[in-house]
Amino acid sequence: MRNSSSILKVRNLLKTFGAVVAAKDINVDISQGEIVGIIGANGAGKTCFVNMVTGYLAPTEGSIKFEGAELVGLGTRKITHAGISRSFQVSQVFHSMTVSENLMIALAIANNRGADALGLMDTPDLRSKLDEVLKRYKLEPQKDATVSALAQGVRKLLDIAMAVVSKPRILLLDEPTSGISVEEKFDFMDIVMGALKEDGVTVLFVEHDMEIVERYVSRVLAFYQGEIIADMPPKDALADKKVQEFVIGKEHHKKKK
Amino acid sequence: MFNDRTAKFLLLAALVICVGGAFAPNWIVNQFMFGFSRALAILGLMVLWRTGLVSFGHAFYFGLGAYAVAILDSKLGVSDVFLRLLAGAVVAGVAGFLIGFIMRNYRDIFFAMLNTAISMVLFGIVVKTESLGSTDGFAISASTIFGLAPETKYPLFVIITLVGLTAALAVNFYLKTTFGKLTTAIRDNEIRVEYLGFSVAHAIHLKYTISTILAGGAGALMAMSLGQVDPESMINWTVSGELVFVTILSGPGNVIAPFIGSLVFEVLRTYAFELAPQAWQLIMGATFLTIIFFLPGGIWSLIEKLGGKKNEK
Repeated sequence: MRNSSSILKVRNLLKTFGAVVAAKDINVDISQGEIVGIIGANGAGKTCFVNMVTGYLAPTEGSIKFEGAELVGLGTRKITHAGISRSFQVSQVFHSMTVSENLMIALAIANNRGADALGLMDTPDLRSKLDEVLKRYKLEPQKDATVSALAQGVRKLLDIAMAVVSKPRILLLDEPTSGISVEEKFDFMDIVMGALKEDGVTVLFVEHDMEIVERYVSRVLAFYQGEIIADMPPKDALADKKVQEFVIGKEHHKKKK
Repeated sequence: MFNDRTAKFLLLAALVICVGGAFAPNWIVNQFMFGFSRALAILGLMVLWRTGLVSFGHAFYFGLGAYAVAILDSKLGVSDVFLRLLAGAVVAGVAGFLIGFIMRNYRDIFFAMLNTAISMVLFGIVVKTESLGSTDGFAISASTIFGLAPETKYPLFVIITLVGLTAALAVNFYLKTTFGKLTTAIRDNEIRVEYLGFSVAHAIHLKYTISTILAGGAGALMAMSLGQVDPESMINWTVSGELVFVTILSGPGNVIAPFIGSLVFEVLRTYAFELAPQAWQLIMGATFLTIIFFLPGGIWSLIEKLGGKKNEK
């Protein structure tokens, strides 16, 4: 799927680790405001793709352009400054600090990119922004709790909230519902997607749960052995033979029918 | 800067100590001078420790500060206490800033031992260089204050106390800034700090430089307090170990802790030496083990427990 209003253009992306090809021939355009699901079996290249877009891994070949500017060669910080943020499969938060302290640090850095880092962090302005984020992500009850004592779902919410406070134009979420119970996953995603929709953020998220994919995304990128084998709306993707065979598994699909 | 409990306590304590020092016997004044001088270096190591970094080589900067005073005295005849202090802090700070470009790339045992290696290079150079006093070191003339030569040590004691107070207030303020808050954040999760858009390397570099300025200042004050510098008691790796010992004894909970820990160390060492001149290290070692087993958060954690309150971070 390609169009001229794309904010992210990926061309001929290749990533190899010695003889192992982790990603190849990846060509994709992402438009402003799209919610894109990235699916695939373990080792299909989903996280590798996310890592290349966010600067964690350098592609072996290819180009990644964000709003016309080349991202390949930039470090993680510069990519964050450019307007791309991410969360992680295992939530990356400050475990010995409270939820509020975690968010205050994220807000302080986002506010001035650290240029005023020798100013007091706890200001009334940041406090009011903190209250807003706590409310939006429904983290108020846990605001004074130390992160290491919190449930996985709350840590994931915090991880995403911290990634979003810098007001990125693109947010990449790596398996946001992993480790979250079946009963909680829709509530969790409702909070996250509701908050992100308010900000108009373009979202790409890696997901194994097809119910989540069907419910929240407008487009699916299906990965298999480092390549994109399907790029289409979720209903079409889940009915696609290649996706059924290589991503979902035929048996699973038959059962669901 | 002055409106939190720690700052208020520091101001009150400094006032009490300065007034009390006027009536205290010489040996107590000496203990406070040595303790508070060293506490400056501990304050810097505390900032590093909060970041998850332990240096076993800060005697390098402590020694640079001390030798800056000695060389200014012996070669240029500079005796002003403030010029000596400034020289010690600046020389160590510049060295720390330059070496920081290397250190900011290392963590854990590599960071600790690389610092040791660099301090041993300086130790080796000083020991082998006649013009730097070799193993004998230098005697340092009494410090003057704006051209006046005090007859007692009390004025120097007051200055050391006030320098300690200023440094503690400054570090207390720093720990409340975004840079300061990043100490614990970096220790917890460097990846998240980078993905928030902040450079971990820059933050560590600043913290390292701050710690070296404080260690240099500490060395300068110690040199003036003792009136003597030599490589064994200023630069050797045992001095670095001693600084780490006092840091652990103090605990990282509050900027007051280094001053209490350092005083406790001075008193402990003095009495251990008096009680068992041949086995005083045994007493120090037993104390160290006791702290690690029963008070891993240092003396400050005991104060917190007794006070039943959480420290101000």
